[in-house]
Parts: sequence; structure tokens; C-alpha cells
Amino acid sequence: MASIPASPNSEATANVQRKRFRSIQRRIQLRYLLLVIPAATFLFFFYGYPVAAMLARSFNDPAWGLENFEKLFRVTRHENWFGLSIPSNGYLRVFMITLRISTVVTVLTLLLAYPVAYVLSSIRPSRANILLIFVLVPFWTSILVRSYAWMVLLGREGTINRILIRLGINDDPVQLLNTRLAVYIGMVHILLPFMILPLYSVMKGIDRNYMRAAENLGAKPRHVFRHIFLPLTLPGIAAGCLVVFILSLGFYITPALIGGPRDVMISMLIAQQVNTLNWGFASALALGLLVISMAIYLVFNRVLGVERLYGGTRS
Amino acid sequence: MSAAAPAASAARQRKRPAIGKILLYAFTALVLFYLVFPVFVVIPVSFSSAQYLAFPPPGFSLQWYEKYFDRRDWIDATWLSLRIGLITAFLATILGTLASLGLVRGRFRGRNAINAFLVSPLIIPAIIVAIGVYFFYARLQIVGSPFALALAHTALAIPFVVINVSATLYGFDERLEYAAMNLGANRWQTFRHVTLPIIKPGVFAGALFAFITSFDELIVALFISGTGAVTLPRKMWDGLRQEIDPTIAAVSTILITVSVAVLLSAELLRQRSERMRTSTYTGDNDA
Repeated sequence: MASIPASPNSEATANVQRKRFRSIQRRIQLRYLLLVIPAATFLFFFYGYPVAAMLARSFNDPAWGLENFEKLFRVTRHENWFGLSIPSNGYLRVFMITLRISTVVTVLTLLLAYPVAYVLSSIRPSRANILLIFVLVPFWTSILVRSYAWMVLLGREGTINRILIRLGINDDPVQLLNTRLAVYIGMVHILLPFMILPLYSVMKGIDRNYMRAAENLGAKPRHVFRHIFLPLTLPGIAAGCLVVFILSLGFYITPALIGGPRDVMISMLIAQQVNTLNWGFASALALGLLVISMAIYLVFNRVLGVERLYGGTRS
Repeated sequence: MSAAAPAASAARQRKRPAIGKILLYAFTALVLFYLVFPVFVVIPVSFSSAQYLAFPPPGFSLQWYEKYFDRRDWIDATWLSLRIGLITAFLATILGTLASLGLVRGRFRGRNAINAFLVSPLIIPAIIVAIGVYFFYARLQIVGSPFALALAHTALAIPFVVINVSATLYGFDERLEYAAMNLGANRWQTFRHVTLPIIKPGVFAGALFAFITSFDELIVALFISGTGAVTLPRKMWDGLRQEIDPTIAAVSTILITVSVAVLLSAELLRQRSERMRTSTYTGDNDA
């Protein structure tokens, strides 16, 4: 191209052609934009605007100002948290309970999911597909039904108590339902597939020859795991933990049905405030929940680059 | 000889970590058991002859299903959930499919931002959407309207359609469309006879996900179903707080069956679309 001597004339035609090309391009892009507009408009009216108006309510209901946030942050007592004295009140306590439950649930889910994902990724694909049904069936079953199932299992007359008594471990039924333990059991059960599936897809993409090479070079199995396999699965760990943590922050149905009176999570507090007609305060709590969720997403994204890593796992 | 050496070393390794491997497999079996056991406890309980929740059930009986089919309120709630689910699937599929076409093919400014907005209902905690829509509907005085509930469910279901359809579009060989247009097809004919048949599995999978999103949805329904739009999950929730008799186990079994059937079809469609896509690449015609 560059070797052809450019006469002023051909330069002009090229310019005209470039302009025409650009205008055609713009028309095509406009057409694509038009396809997106119906869904975007719909979501604006039935999701974006209502949520934004609700969040704004935390500043203007019952009156303009920071009244709701003063109520949220008014310190009434101090909480002992891992030996630290934390200024708190009844509402902030609910935030702390929620963060604690979410952290414990995320760690437990990771510990249970990692070996399962490893086994699923190392066996023959035809067998793995059959075992994956065990992961997908609960994944597809509604949270309400699964929480109900745990009510059946954990109740005073429930299956687990009957087994414990029959085995002679206990003489009388133990209180399992409506405890923190029940919340952990139910939430981990519901969130496990969200951890197993990203771990499985990352592990499946790892070339096992790396591990064989390390073994051939004399590395012990635990070193191979620590220095090769584990680092390669980090993207899956990050993605799984992010999803599980953010989903647990918003849990409502499960803790409400199988948790005890002390296991109040943010969503439950919000619902309770709406039902007692404190709409402005409920909105302030919702804003708090949203800010925490977004902050965690951004931190994960900045530190671990989840989005980039997600793209990298599609091998 | 190059093949024999690794095989021999693999055999040696297979012998060594036997105990570790057994423990690992046992652990996996336990976790998988923990995952499916609760789901499969509900089903036998629903066929129980006992008057209370008991597992294992003392005998077989269809009494709880009879009770379910006799009760007008349960049946009404079931029909309503089906209707709202179908409206949701219809609206979400059309809106979501069009949007995916624009988002995957287009290169306009703001594309990523719009894409993030369209899938954001997936990560925003459900309670936030629920009370936002509830306050909005309260002002419009449409709390308790089934159609209004379907519209709210559509907002929650659009991300599933966008994700499913986009996935099929990303693997789409655009040269097929150029070929059709070169052969004289206009834009609509190309879409109707080339694009749509190829992305159809993704569209159907999206529709099924949209249906189940609505059919199983509780949190939004809790706030905006009022007294006029009591869906099946809402009815079940109300029932759970008063009586936990095995009628709810029967309802749960029906919900499990619907979810598994619908999502199994979605999974089959996904596999089919993957086969179709790979056969497009290799030029195979027998898919």
C-alpha cells in the first residue's frame, strides 16, 4: 500500500470512501443499539428506577437528612469481637452477624467443595457427568423446598434426632432446628454448587502434565499440590468464594425458617422494618447491604482480577 | 517405548497413595450424599401414611396429594404460578434475545455498561429488588396484581436469557450469515432461516430458566403478591409458618419434579447446541 505513490486525487477518493464506510458502520451500530433498547428500558422501569428511588428514600423518608443513618450508627453499647471492643447497637449487630455467618459459610463451602471438585475433575468425564447430577439436582431445586427439607430433617422429631437416639448417641432429642448450626448446615447445602461448579471448571482446564513433570523431577505430592495445583486453581477459588459470599450476605428464606431468634440477617431486618412501615430506615439498611456487596465485589476484582481470571478459564 | 515409560510410572504412583485416594473418594461421597439427601427426603415424606412428618415413613399413602388436590387455595396458587411463569418466560425471552443480539454483535459505546446493567439483577440481593419494586408498586397501587408480579419477575429473569443466548451467539460462525446474504437473502430472511435455528437451543434454555426463576421465586412475591397474587411458593411459605403437615411435602415434591424436568430439558438443549456448534465448525451435517 505504502509503495504506491499517492496522487492527490486518489487520496480524496480514499477519504470519501473512508467517510462512507464510517457512516455505514455507524448505521449498523445504531441498529444493534436499537435491539438492546427494549430490554434496557424495561429493566429501567421495573428494576433500575424502583431500586434507585428506594435507595434515595433513605435520605428523604420521613424527612430530608441523615436521620436514618444517625439511627443506624447511634452507638448504644460495645460489642466484644475477638477481644476488641467494637461500638455497636442492635442494627450494627445484625450486620456483624451477617458478615460472620457469610464468612463461616464461605470457608466451610470451600473446604467441602475443593476435594469434590478435584475428584470430579480427575475421573473419567462420563462418570463425572453422572456425579454432576448430584450437584445439579439440588442446585435446581428451589431454596424454599430445600429449607423445608432441613426443617424435616433437623426438627425435634426429625430424622437426624431419631437416628441419634436409635444409635444411642443421645437419649433425648437435641435442639438442632432454630440454631446457628442449622443456619450453617442449610446455607452451606444451598451454596455448595456455586463453589463446586467454578472449581470444577477451572480444575478441568488444568493440564495434568505439569503435575507429572513436577513428580518426575522429584517433588513430593504435597509439594506438587502446594506449589503447582493450588496456585493454578486460585481463579476458581476466588470466583467461587466471591459468589458464595455475596449470595450469603443477602440470604433471607433459610435463616428465617431454620435459624434461631438470634440469627437475624440483614435481609430479615430489612423485611421486618418494611413490615413495621419504617420504609426510610429499611432503605438505609438496604443501601448498607448494597454498599457492602459492591465493596466486596470491587475488592475481589481489584485484588484477584476475578473478571480477567473468569475469561482465562475458558480454555 | 515412549508410551511405556509414563504408563509404568503411573502404575507405580497408583499403588502408593491408595489410602489418601480412598479417603478422598469417601469424603466426596459424603459431600454428594449431603447434597442430595435433603431433596430426596421430602419425596418419601410426601407419600407417608403418618399424620405427622416422619422419615422414613411408616407406610405408603396418597393422602397428602389428595389433600393438595382437594384444597382450592393450593390449586389456585399452582395455576397462578404457572401463568405468571409463562408470561415471564415469554417477555424475558423476547427482550433478552434481542438484547443479546445487539450486545454480542454490536461494538457501540456503552455496550459493556449496558451488559452489566442487564445482568446485574443476578448479583443484587433479592431483598433490595423486592422492596424497591414494592415501594414503586405501592405508589402505583398495583400491589397484588398478577401481571405486575410477572413484570417484576421478568426483570429478574432477563439476565438468564441474556447469558444463555449470548453463550450460543459467541460460538456462532458469522460467515454463515454473510453466505446467506450473498445468496440474496435479506436481513429478516437471514435471521429467520439461519441465525434463529442455530441459536434456538440457547433461546429455549433461556426461556426455561426464565420460567423456573419465576416459578420458584419467593422474596419478591412475599412483598408484592398481596392478597390477589398468591403464588405457590408464597402459599407454601404461609403454610410453613402455621402448619408443617406433609401437604407441604407433597407440594415440594411437585416443585422438585417441575424444576428438575424443566432444567434437565435446558441441559439437554445446551448439549445439543454445543454439538450443533461443533458440527458447524467441522462441516458435519448429521447433527
